[in-house]
Amino acid sequence: MSKYGEKNIKAYSNNFTTMTPGPVAKWMRTCVIFQIFRFIAINLKMLVVVKKSH
Amino acid sequence: MARLVVLGGGVSGHTAATFAAKWLGSSHEVVVVTPNAKWNWIPSNIWVGVGQMTKEEVTFDLAPVYAQAGIIYHQAKALGIHPEGNEASDKPYVVVESTKAGEEGQVENIEYDYLINATGPKLNFAATPGLGDANGLGEHTVSVCTADHAVHAAEELQKCVEKMKAGERQKFLIGTGHGMCTCQGAAFEYIFNIEHELNKAGVRDMADIKWISNESFLGDFGVGGLHMKAMGFAVSSRIFAESLFVERNVEWIIGAHVNKVESGNVHYELLDGSMGEESFDFSMLIPPFAGVGLKAINKAGEDITADIFAPNGFMKVDANYAAGAYENWKASDWPETYQNPTYSNMFACGIAFAPPHPISKPMSSPNGTPIVPTPPRTGMPSGIMGKAVAHSVCDLITKGADAPLQKASMAEMGAACVASAGKGLFDGTAAAMTIYPVVPNFEKYPGTGRDTDYTFGEIGLAGHWIKHILHHLFIWKAKLKPGWTLIPE
Repeated sequence: MSKYGEKNIKAYSNNFTTMTPGPVAKWMRTCVIFQIFRFIAINLKMLVVVKKSH
Repeated sequence: MARLVVLGGGVSGHTAATFAAKWLGSSHEVVVVTPNAKWNWIPSNIWVGVGQMTKEEVTFDLAPVYAQAGIIYHQAKALGIHPEGNEASDKPYVVVESTKAGEEGQVENIEYDYLINATGPKLNFAATPGLGDANGLGEHTVSVCTADHAVHAAEELQKCVEKMKAGERQKFLIGTGHGMCTCQGAAFEYIFNIEHELNKAGVRDMADIKWISNESFLGDFGVGGLHMKAMGFAVSSRIFAESLFVERNVEWIIGAHVNKVESGNVHYELLDGSMGEESFDFSMLIPPFAGVGLKAINKAGEDITADIFAPNGFMKVDANYAAGAYENWKASDWPETYQNPTYSNMFACGIAFAPPHPISKPMSSPNGTPIVPTPPRTGMPSGIMGKAVAHSVCDLITKGADAPLQKASMAEMGAACVASAGKGLFDGTAAAMTIYPVVPNFEKYPGTGRDTDYTFGEIGLAGHWIKHILHHLFIWKAKLKPGWTLIPE
């Protein structure tokens, strides 16, 4: 039985060498508290890039 | 009084026209010629295409906005440019044909002192047999390139969902419909939004979803891929993209030139020269882009289209079009001012300018078929270009013909991109990415071609919130509501 995150990998097919997220990584993507911090961080990063581009 | 004519009211043209009108005031005229009555925030067409937004939420009427800004608005399509005037007058002009209800087909000449060509692309469905007809809605496939197309796509998607609920397995094929397509990002967003919606509808296990693209590797996106910092590594966008495809159980075909579409079946050629076929029940394939087909005529009435436009129909600007082989390419090949080299009062920005060469490494099959994404010029770069060109024209008008021009090279600007992977306030996700610069500079940044301190990406709910906020922010800006100039392009 394949583990979470590995269920779609088929032996030696074109997805065999790919990294896949585990349950914690997937949960963090929609964890509201964590994502509020990421929202602030990503916005700040994007503002720097926008500023450098004008 | 000088007159600036802007052809096109998309991201680049609308930005150029509105800033020019603000900076020039009532002392000079700004005229916009665009065939559309409505402005469309194209990035949100993805959500219209899966039924999560309506056409009305992503569009608004242009006429009242231009009236408020003091911009003269012609709902018409440009047919040709006469940059030297004609036998009767030296004044340059454009020939336009009305698309306004009740006035269709009426032709008019509009004189100009300065011209900004921001016409955007012609959706060249005809480049692939069976991909679509002149109306662009497609014979066998759907599209999300316009709001109307997206509405149609959502209707077709819903039919498939109903079939799956009735126990009929469905096959989805999403990607690019030609070897020279651009806009892989839009197809990327659409395939994952479909996957997300099928999950929500409880029919994901009844769907086979496959990606087909002209990219030589997943995550190329027409910019040769990118490297972003993650967990202490500079990770290729290939890893980033492949990971998402495997996680969502989406298979892929890459390096593919779709050469024919039939009902329920596509034919394609791969980079290794082999031919293949793929069946589908639902397919959204992005068409290739071409110039809108403007003609250029000199004072003597001779056709000088080939002097002003590249063979693909996009306008030549201050780029190095003689760079030749890939080994000779430099970041400095890319245009800085977007001024036409022949006529200094003409500029082209957004998709309308002719790029000097692809950004991705050019590749072709052993049969000689080029299979390489053409460079994207949409989104943030389009807006920045539009504003820079408007700035240049305003300076030329108010400070004189010797005024220095503003520069906005894609080789020196970054871009922030948010690719939706499913809509939802608490269960949505998007890939939030920045890339700096858009065109890699291998002299300055050997190896990756980009500054990895300013190139990053991650998937999560935060990205979705940003995408949703950008939707409202840019529609607010385009409507010229209070504070619109404070919102960056």
